[in-house]
Amino acid sequence: MRPLPPPFSDWFAARGWTVHPHQSDMLARAEAPALLLVAPTGGGKTLAGFLPTLLELAEDGRPGLHTLYISPLKALAADIRRNLTTPITEMALPIRVEDRTGDTSYTRRQRQRADPPHILLTTPESLALLLSYEDAPRIFAGLSRVIVDEIHALAESKRGDQLMLSLSRLSALCPGLRRVGLSATVEDPEAIARFLARHPDPCEILNADPGPDPDISMLSTETPPPWAGGGGRYAIPDILAEVRRHRTALIFHNTRAQAELFFRDLWLANEDGLPIGIHHGSLAREARERVEAAMVLGELRAVVCTGSLDLGIDWGDVDLVIQVGAPKNVKRLVQRIGRANHRYNAPSKASLVPANRWEVVECQAALDAVRDHDLDGDPRGRGPRDVLCQHILIRACSGPFDAEDLYREVTSAGPYAALSRAEFDACLEFCATGGYALRAYDRWQRLMQRNGLWTLRDPRATRDIRMNIGTITDAEMVKVRWQNRFGGAPLGEVEEAFASTLAPGDTFLIGGQIVRYVGLREMALEVTPAPGREPKIAVFSGTKFSTSTQLNDRILRHLTEPNWPGLPAHTASWLALQREVSRLPEPGRLLVETFPAEGRAHLCLYGFAGRAAQQTLGLLLTRRMEEEALNPLGFVATDYATLIWGLDPVPDVSPLLDRQALRDGLETWLKSNAVMKRTFRNVALVAGLIQRNHPGQRKSGRQATISSDILYDTLQRYDPGHLLLQITREEAMRGLVSFGRIETMLDRIGGRIDHLRLDRVTPFAAPLFLEHGKIAVEGAARDRLLEEAATRLMAEAGLA
Amino acid sequence: MSSHAFRLSGSVLSALPSGALHWPEQGVLVVSDLHLGKSERIARRSGTLLPPYEVTETLSRLDADIATTAPRLVICLGDSFDDLEASELAEEHALWLARLMAGRRWVWIEGNHDPGPVALGGEHRADLMLGPLTFRHIALLGAEGEVSGHYHPKMRLAGQSRRCFLYDRARVILPAYGTYTGGLSSDDLAFSGLMLDGAMAILTGRKALPVPIPKDDAHG
Repeated sequence: MRPLPPPFSDWFAARGWTVHPHQSDMLARAEAPALLLVAPTGGGKTLAGFLPTLLELAEDGRPGLHTLYISPLKALAADIRRNLTTPITEMALPIRVEDRTGDTSYTRRQRQRADPPHILLTTPESLALLLSYEDAPRIFAGLSRVIVDEIHALAESKRGDQLMLSLSRLSALCPGLRRVGLSATVEDPEAIARFLARHPDPCEILNADPGPDPDISMLSTETPPPWAGGGGRYAIPDILAEVRRHRTALIFHNTRAQAELFFRDLWLANEDGLPIGIHHGSLAREARERVEAAMVLGELRAVVCTGSLDLGIDWGDVDLVIQVGAPKNVKRLVQRIGRANHRYNAPSKASLVPANRWEVVECQAALDAVRDHDLDGDPRGRGPRDVLCQHILIRACSGPFDAEDLYREVTSAGPYAALSRAEFDACLEFCATGGYALRAYDRWQRLMQRNGLWTLRDPRATRDIRMNIGTITDAEMVKVRWQNRFGGAPLGEVEEAFASTLAPGDTFLIGGQIVRYVGLREMALEVTPAPGREPKIAVFSGTKFSTSTQLNDRILRHLTEPNWPGLPAHTASWLALQREVSRLPEPGRLLVETFPAEGRAHLCLYGFAGRAAQQTLGLLLTRRMEEEALNPLGFVATDYATLIWGLDPVPDVSPLLDRQALRDGLETWLKSNAVMKRTFRNVALVAGLIQRNHPGQRKSGRQATISSDILYDTLQRYDPGHLLLQITREEAMRGLVSFGRIETMLDRIGGRIDHLRLDRVTPFAAPLFLEHGKIAVEGAARDRLLEEAATRLMAEAGLA
Repeated sequence: MSSHAFRLSGSVLSALPSGALHWPEQGVLVVSDLHLGKSERIARRSGTLLPPYEVTETLSRLDADIATTAPRLVICLGDSFDDLEASELAEEHALWLARLMAGRRWVWIEGNHDPGPVALGGEHRADLMLGPLTFRHIALLGAEGEVSGHYHPKMRLAGQSRRCFLYDRARVILPAYGTYTGGLSSDDLAFSGLMLDGAMAILTGRKALPVPIPKDDAHG
């Protein structure tokens, strides 16, 4: 090991620090073209990433950009700047560190372009914007290292794909650029390494000492969990007791709505008045920052939160993580647990709170998986092409380009290494002409070829392209703020779709407070306090994760055991009863029960394919039943099962599960499906077909905004083979439709179907009757709903 | 019947589910805000290249409505073209439109997007009076028996947003007929000043659905 030069060794010594082995490993391999460090939280990961930079700059502090640091969070960039400033000031190093995010002032950003600092801390989107400028080659001249923090999180989304395309551009601008990735513990570090490295460069993986195993268990509660539902509110007394016993607890929920409801009830039960806060992505930045500041000062005993606290700065004092609701995914659970005890070599303490009986089984499986270090994750597949389209437009903003050169650059990015030239050309064609079967825009091409190079027809287009950089396409949100006489302060935001269901006087929960909707003013919902009223529930972005394949497999294996000493008695006896009156689902087989209940014929199919796939299966099976005149009426799906009810019993299940028939049904169903339309909107935004609404840009621009649904329908009718429809399909199949997981399930069962005909509802099927989200099967359901609502309003108005 | 009939200044008008207005007694078909040539204009102005099929789509629907109602007179209530340049339609679309115009009277009312005359035949007028009714692009405060467009009204009901007609004792405002048009919510301030108490909306879609406009306390 190379000893640290004096200012560094002195500085470490002065603080009583020793260099961690992985930190010196990073130094020893500083020249590697690509390097991935996998380390648990609190392992001095960031310092390990920056040490080589600091050493190099201490030796040769010539002006110009040396290291670029990319993090998924703006707040993280600012925090790292503060953390780096300490050693730099104390060692009097001639190094300038600055951050640059969407929050950085215009003048500062201008100055950064003219005179870049040695170390620039930024986000993927700000980097893409920098690369869109014509002077990008000058800004990045001399850049030597790029550090990608929390790369495991970035690699799961289009933000990471965009970042890797940006890095391919940077590598072209700065030959010899070295890449460093910093990752939390993941199931497949090789995949992250391939994602990070310039293809086909090798990427060495350094594993830091993972530290001691976490101290993790299921919370035993006074009352057993309910049969169905989520939120874990039954466990509030026990959770409060845990909070009292610890310094600071993070209480994670899977959705924002559940966090809000839980927080409200927790607050009502909080008789000791423990300081407890709430933190999620829909709250106003001010509100989140207040909670974060109070956390840093150690003023809070607990924070009810969602994925918004999965990443980010170290909360030194957290000594307990409580996960409410099944974690759905072991990897995320492990990363969450890491939020407790951000001290190296101290075990993290965590507690799981299943929200219902099924989740008890799932939590047990997750606990076993954590103990076995068996992480899960679905391979992400190739880089999506809508992101590539945006990259091509960004490239065009920075100046004319040669298609061959750009293709070579793009395929050097890990996620796009397998992209064919034809696929690339289709994306380029889309950017240039729209890529329509009907050649309509010969005069108005967006990109055109001049002297063999591609360039923007109208240079003014750069403005629109730059304003729409990024791949985060949340549902359209509407701001919520207090009415002026209550100060007018922002509270947060809710989905536009939710806002449109509100009538003046309606109440909902936000930031743990019940508020009353007064009216819409300047594109914001104005509210007044409404304490004591029963709130109409706020439905924030309802992203429900599906349980991972690995976790479901583990649950299936768990069920085949002769008995379950690890499970609480109430759940073990429930499983035993199911075994007695029906049977338990097994790996490699499919259990289907049919039975009469509530005057209807029921069919329950335990596919263990995850919520999205079980939902799709429900839609497809009921379509098939409709064709077979079995009169299905509705269905409900969970992560494990789909329950269908109808007028007639299903005599034989296997023909319904015919793969080809399911696939055909999928084709017809997909075309007009709302999920596809939602996916299309995201794809169209990312690919640059439509633009985000910029608040304040137009006063009453609604008449001019064309809904993406109309564009989708038009394309579907006149240009069904269009690139964006292909991308939409690919994305929906992977994500919300999850047909791939249905096929995996069919492969797994290989025709081994156990169809049990029973005379009453079974222990496993019973909780499904209590599930929310029942879906009625009616071809004309949408129209009927509308007509019923119209008739009701007419009658109420005395007009019918 | 999937259309919805209502009375305005003594005349019986029928709101078609497509968003066109039919006046059977006079053999008149009214459509508003076709915005033909929108995708081309957007391409020319901003470089964004929308699917170039909206003229075909809009004309197909107009064709179908003309086929079912066989009108003697077609009134386009303005903003028929997204701008004057857009009125230079592709040859196939110009021929299609000529075929629809053949054998009947055709009036283009001026809109704010297409103020000047266009070279496609038909009459060009700022407004048109016919019996008790006046046809114009933008509603005038205090008018009686007025049929207008311009605002692209839409309404949200049961979680779905639909283009809609708005009518009261004095006027009817038509939804935009063009494929590539957005909408202005029926609870927008622009309408609360215009529409009288007891105003109704008629939602378009598979069926024309009448709905009372909710009493609006939001804007007090």
